[in-house]
Amino acid sequence: MKTFTLTPENKEKFEKLSKRYPKIDSMMLPTLWLVQEQEGWISPEAMIAVSELLSTTPIRVYEVVTFYTMYNTKPIGTHHIEVCKTTSCMLCGSKEIISYLEETLDIKPGETSKDGQFTLSVVECLGSCGGAPMLAFNGDYVENLTIEKVKNLLEESSDDN
Amino acid sequence: MITKIVSKKFDIPESYKLEVAQKNGAYGSLKRLFTMTPDEVITEVDKSKLRGKGGGGALCGPKWRYMPTNDPRPAYLIVNADESEPGTFKDREVMDKDPHLLIEGIICSSYAMNIHTAYIYIRGEYKWLADRLNTAIDEAYEAGIIGETLMNGACDFKLDIVVHRGAGAYICGEKSALIESLEGKRGHPRLKPHQKECEWYFGNPATVNNVETIASVPHIIENGYEGYTQYGTEKSPGTMLFALSGPVKNPGVYELAYGLKMIDVINTLGGGMKEGKKLKAVIPGGVSCPILTREEAEKAVLDYESMWDIGSTLGTGGMVIIDEDACMVEVAKNIIEFYHHESCGQCTPCREGTGWIDKILHDVVTQQGKLSDIQTISDVCDTLNGKTICVFAPAVADIIGSIVVKFKDEFEAYILGGQAISSKEL
Repeated sequence: MKTFTLTPENKEKFEKLSKRYPKIDSMMLPTLWLVQEQEGWISPEAMIAVSELLSTTPIRVYEVVTFYTMYNTKPIGTHHIEVCKTTSCMLCGSKEIISYLEETLDIKPGETSKDGQFTLSVVECLGSCGGAPMLAFNGDYVENLTIEKVKNLLEESSDDN
Repeated sequence: MITKIVSKKFDIPESYKLEVAQKNGAYGSLKRLFTMTPDEVITEVDKSKLRGKGGGGALCGPKWRYMPTNDPRPAYLIVNADESEPGTFKDREVMDKDPHLLIEGIICSSYAMNIHTAYIYIRGEYKWLADRLNTAIDEAYEAGIIGETLMNGACDFKLDIVVHRGAGAYICGEKSALIESLEGKRGHPRLKPHQKECEWYFGNPATVNNVETIASVPHIIENGYEGYTQYGTEKSPGTMLFALSGPVKNPGVYELAYGLKMIDVINTLGGGMKEGKKLKAVIPGGVSCPILTREEAEKAVLDYESMWDIGSTLGTGGMVIIDEDACMVEVAKNIIEFYHHESCGQCTPCREGTGWIDKILHDVVTQQGKLSDIQTISDVCDTLNGKTICVFAPAVADIIGSIVVKFKDEFEAYILGGQAISSKEL
């Protein structure tokens, strides 16, 4: 079985941050973020490594990883597109945006395009209701979407350019 | 119409930088703060009748008094920046445009409750805001504003501020779930004690306040409680960051004194409905509040008491505006999908109930609905209300129950006609 270790840089961040909490248990979410930033997702090996860092059991790490939607339990594409579908965005036309992305990338929500470039997720409210409809592109918010805007975004970020 | 207290620096370019913020009065309240005793600070906040702006609307002063005094255990301030209520996007404005106001508020609040460590629990999706806060906090440490002493030794009081990122769970906005998450666990809300008391972080006393609440404190300290109670109504004094979203011409965040008419806000600041459409309904304070029909919205006044009188609540002040084209069955389906996805799964009525309603509405929108489904939804709402650990399930019952009752004709027409019918066509 492969093993996982934090890079020296991330290990240093971990040590520094863990001094800021009264108990190491609080480092669960921050450590998982470090893992995801390093690997792009959180593998079973990484969960074991995190449990050792936090002096807990792998199952405790697993139950946290699977509770929070932002932790990826499988590898994702180069670019992660998360389209908001909740009320304000729906009222302002998120359905058209989602359909356009499904057709253009030829994938369903939760899937990654065949070339491995784009992963499409449909998510609940991202707190950007004033800029509806919106999506997060690799975590950056893109608001007041139109089909044209999404088309340009895909073209600009595509590897083919 | 707009009253700027929390949002007073929002229009200043680069006001998130310490230098710009200080030129415009940031940290100005601390001079008076250091002349007061912690108890006087709480009394001032008490008299201002400052309310929690995260949705509950509980008075802030009494909440701070739940913190034990002369306790050997360390105390913690936890700022709730897990803004996830659909229709709400106000706290991000504070953190984006005036993070130093939040830090100033944290200093005032920590001083009042003798707290030396504050955590800002921010929702995971607000990555860029977590970065912005961290930059502002680093600036504040470097300038000696926080750290071993306050304001370069002006007050011998140690204060550390740490930004803690969540990872995508709506329920972590509930204060006890938030602390569970901060302790490195699943965000499961805790059972509430019989008597009012503070929260507990690893068994240490803690208080949880919303970003906007904390950001309102410096104004009260600097100008006294009269500087706050001069705005708003007698029972709901002060201001709140109200948000408009949905098909209005100018969606956005507006700071308003309590007591304005909802319809005036929608028509004046919101610019009215897009494309001259008619208003059909308003969900007043994030989707967890009972829906208002157009007639109710036209009478509604934006303060806590008036909203309770008409059977809804002010919530977070995030108004979701719904126009005549929207199909209320689809709105209900959209909202229940959200709750079904976000239920933490701890209590059976909530975990199963949200899924059950979602399934029924799925049948309705796929033309397999029956007229008896409407009664079944109301029955499930009864099962949800008051039988769970936290207020998530009652909120579901409130919004879904109110849509089904107030727009029953649309549900019936949809089931009989088997397609989207807006009230315009009825």
